Amino acid sequence: MAYVAIADRDHEIEHHAPTTFITKYIWSQDHKVIAIQYAVTALFVGLVALILSGMMRLQLGFPNSFSFITPIDYYQFITMHGMIMVIFLLTALFLGGFGNYLIPLMIGSRDMVFPYMNMLSYWVYLVSVIVLLTSFFVPGGPTGAGWTLYPPQAILPGTPGTDWGIVLMLGSLALFIVAFTMGGLNYVTTILQARTRGMTMMRLPLSLWGIFMATILGLLAFPALFVSAVMMTLDKAAGTSFFMPAVMSMGENLSHEGGSPILFQHLFWFFGHPEVYIVALPAFGLVSDLLSTHARKNIFGYRMMVWAILAIGGLSFIVWAHHMYVSGMNPYFGFFFATTTLIIAVPTAIKVYNWVLTLWQGNIRLTVPMLFAIGFIFTFTHGGLTGIFLGNVVVDLPLSDTYFVVAHFHMVMGVSPIMVVFGSIYHWYPKITGKMFNQTLGKVHFWITFLGTYAIYLPMHYLGFLGVPRRYFAMGDTEFMPESAFTLNQSITISALIVGAAQLIFLYNIIVSLKKGKDAGPNPWQATTLEWQTPDTPPKHGNWGPELPVVHRWAYDYSVPGYHDDFIPQNVPADATPATSEHGSDT
Amino acid sequence: MTFALVFLAIIMATVIGWLLRQTLNTQPWEANDPVENQPGRGVISSDPAKIGLISFIAVVTSLFALFLSAYLMRMKLGDWRPLPEPNLLWLNTAILVLASFAFQLTRGAATRGQLLTVKIGLVAGGACTSLFLLGQLVAWQQLNASGYFMAGNPANSFFYLLTALHGLHLLGGMWVWGRTTMRLFAGADTRSVRLSVELCAVYWHYLLFVWVGLFALLLST
Repeated sequence: MAYVAIADRDHEIEHHAPTTFITKYIWSQDHKVIAIQYAVTALFVGLVALILSGMMRLQLGFPNSFSFITPIDYYQFITMHGMIMVIFLLTALFLGGFGNYLIPLMIGSRDMVFPYMNMLSYWVYLVSVIVLLTSFFVPGGPTGAGWTLYPPQAILPGTPGTDWGIVLMLGSLALFIVAFTMGGLNYVTTILQARTRGMTMMRLPLSLWGIFMATILGLLAFPALFVSAVMMTLDKAAGTSFFMPAVMSMGENLSHEGGSPILFQHLFWFFGHPEVYIVALPAFGLVSDLLSTHARKNIFGYRMMVWAILAIGGLSFIVWAHHMYVSGMNPYFGFFFATTTLIIAVPTAIKVYNWVLTLWQGNIRLTVPMLFAIGFIFTFTHGGLTGIFLGNVVVDLPLSDTYFVVAHFHMVMGVSPIMVVFGSIYHWYPKITGKMFNQTLGKVHFWITFLGTYAIYLPMHYLGFLGVPRRYFAMGDTEFMPESAFTLNQSITISALIVGAAQLIFLYNIIVSLKKGKDAGPNPWQATTLEWQTPDTPPKHGNWGPELPVVHRWAYDYSVPGYHDDFIPQNVPADATPATSEHGSDT
Repeated sequence: MTFALVFLAIIMATVIGWLLRQTLNTQPWEANDPVENQPGRGVISSDPAKIGLISFIAVVTSLFALFLSAYLMRMKLGDWRPLPEPNLLWLNTAILVLASFAFQLTRGAATRGQLLTVKIGLVAGGACTSLFLLGQLVAWQQLNASGYFMAGNPANSFFYLLTALHGLHLLGGMWVWGRTTMRLFAGADTRSVRLSVELCAVYWHYLLFVWVGLFALLLST
């Protein structure tokens, strides 16, 4: 039998629409419901992590004023804040949330290719979140080892949560990886196999390129975290010595000997650096689509953007040891990793230039999603530039473990992806719910968040130059810290609390608009991509009604000369426009 | 990490190479109408489940490559004392080869629609695999009995860890095998189980390949 693409076998595949409340909203196999489940869970744990960061800031800004924050609490807050934000919020939200929602809709498919596994992926993720949060309620509390969980301290007495917390943390990570693998296999296979007729890889919106590459990175990099989690669990529970050197603890020799903490660092960062791009690449993709849509202009250099995503994905596996310059590695090693780190700045810079050039002479509409997208360009460029400082060994050595590093990674992989998260939620909210959010509240939310993050993180660079170390519970009386550093810390704390509180505006907006929002219509932003062309808004089970859409053009036909609208959806036939249109050149 | 890097480089090169081929010589900004009944450019002509399995195999390869990298790095430290592998492992290896062989036969029979052969092949494959897993457990017992405990030495720890991990992956395969076999004996025809049988065969060959690699490494160090 000649091969027929799955997209062309639509009529042969039965799509059983769920009938009961439970199959529709709880044990649902519909990618849209799973996406919302993922997103709500991720935002919920993100809120927990946000509160933790507020507590940390209270202690740092006003040391010794809060009796309910002890040093033990502080380290537990640090650890849980970091791990939740990086893994359980950002990774889950970008891939489990946006990936699930957008992949089938953007490629013109009815669902993921393995819907059952997709459902399983969410439920295992939920269990991993529950296991993680359980650690707040066990004796000793959650682990306080820092999100990098470096041995030997992660499992030695003296570190908070070495009885239960660390085991629950490692178990939760292992579960998350299982959940992600199930979801990730789905995303990859769906993008490869279930594209509708005419949807070539090069007609995919950049959102999907970002999500696709990030999923591949995740599938290949998360095993490194899995390996280190399993081996550390055995070190903790079975007394093995994979990572544990001979240690004297409380005056006694422990049974471990000969293990290598550096081995853990290698494994951890072999996952940890691709993880940065697992979060960043979807953000790159989504923001490209936001910018293009709201600037009414085709994305500048589409092919270059795709190649940059591929290049970043490939390079991200050979830069991991730039997190380990201070681990005593061979200087030639450091030279190699500094070089690869700086090389990765090239495709990244290409992307930044292309975003800016997309805005150039566009018909910019300063909608809420657009504000967040432009905000992202600022924060990402800012955080990226400090990355070039830290990528160089000689600059990194004095700055390592100072607030400069905190400022860098929060700008580049904290604030920037979160800007895209907000922008994207606002952008797709009308499609997901059928309602429009309150624009004014959205703009207030943007300005407080955007300016607030600068009030928080810019001063941290200065603190870093002063040599203020990160991870310290309190500085005490230290000579190198001028008075201004303490006032700055107070100001940072106040800004952080304001920004934290401002997120309530966002929550209020998206919850209240569900009921009170105006009907958004099928395509309020006049976008070209397929998800805006569904027959129903919000899309029903099966997405497309009786016939799948057919794709005739790329995702960026904005402001095409000679066409009556300033956008042409991807499913509009080619002869609807002059054949020799002069709208695009991709150089 | 060199070992893991080599494997990942091969995987990434394959992926990126394939993707690049999709992107060269295309003018995405040009609109045109897709030709009727032609799958879109870049569709891999295969069943989604096969693509899923191949992707999963890439993930498992990454997992084992990283474990082996850790093994090789940990080995260089001073306290490594190799353990004598039980001779039983040779027998186990032979049994796993038989299992793989049985699945290969079943795969051919399923394509040709020979119901009885498929049934016999599946049962034989499952039996050999169970025997292999049992043999691994016995090998653990033997090591334990001669004093090579899990926490005694990193070489021991890695031995138990790697064999357990490989066994768990086989158990995962056995789950699919169990479902397929049950369907077949409940009266399904060969056509409806052909894909499952084929996927099982591929997965078993892959796990045999992993085991041979692991065994060779364990023997040589």
